[in-house]
Amino acid sequence: MQILYFGWVRTRVGHGKEELSPPDDVGTVADLIDWLKGQGDGYAHAFENAAAIRAAVNQEIAPHDAEIADGDEVALFPPMTGG
Amino acid sequence: MIRVQDEDFDIGAEITRMTEGSTEIGGLASFVGLVRDYAGDEQISSMTLEHYPGMTEKQLERLEAEARERWDLQDVLIIHRYGKLDPGDRIVLVVTASPHREASLESCHFLIDWLKTKAPFWKLEEKESGADWVDARETDSVAAGRWVRVSDT
Repeated sequence: MQILYFGWVRTRVGHGKEELSPPDDVGTVADLIDWLKGQGDGYAHAFENAAAIRAAVNQEIAPHDAEIADGDEVALFPPMTGG
Repeated sequence: MIRVQDEDFDIGAEITRMTEGSTEIGGLASFVGLVRDYAGDEQISSMTLEHYPGMTEKQLERLEAEARERWDLQDVLIIHRYGKLDPGDRIVLVVTASPHREASLESCHFLIDWLKTKAPFWKLEEKESGADWVDARETDSVAAGRWVRVSDT
């Protein structure tokens, strides 16, 4: 699974992109955030408040209960600030 | 048309291109977003815009389609820059063209409101105290919410 990070999620995690294989019981965006939290200090800091995280699955905005699967591109980021 | 680019744009040239040979256009509305030199009581020396290549283009195309569906528009142009910008630099241009003013004025307002909350950009401000990511503002999500139609909820 390709995972992308933007904004302060990226700076806290320490990189913008990685290929990860989460365990089988990670079936939703919320599960992924929860699992990432345990992957190190940077991740723990980035995902300490799950409610502050927005997500996109395959470049479409997705809620935390959206299902994710192997081969998906999942992006995690703070609320967008365009314009 | 939408464009995502690091280089600057020329507002006059863009408007000339939109209107040349299109004498059915009755009016244009435009909005230009600029980099401010302050945040709260602090000076800003630069702003870096990060975006999500691929998704940004899709989202901007979707916003253009939504505006065209809601209003009678003859043309739409959205240019959004990314990369490191200085105070005073142009960030974004929205131009809408319609036979009568209401459609272009309203749709231009709609597009810039929705860009704030639906376009995947993040802004990093360089200040004297260090670099800070700009937080999404509650007022922006209220402004965006005004355009949600009852039929969409």
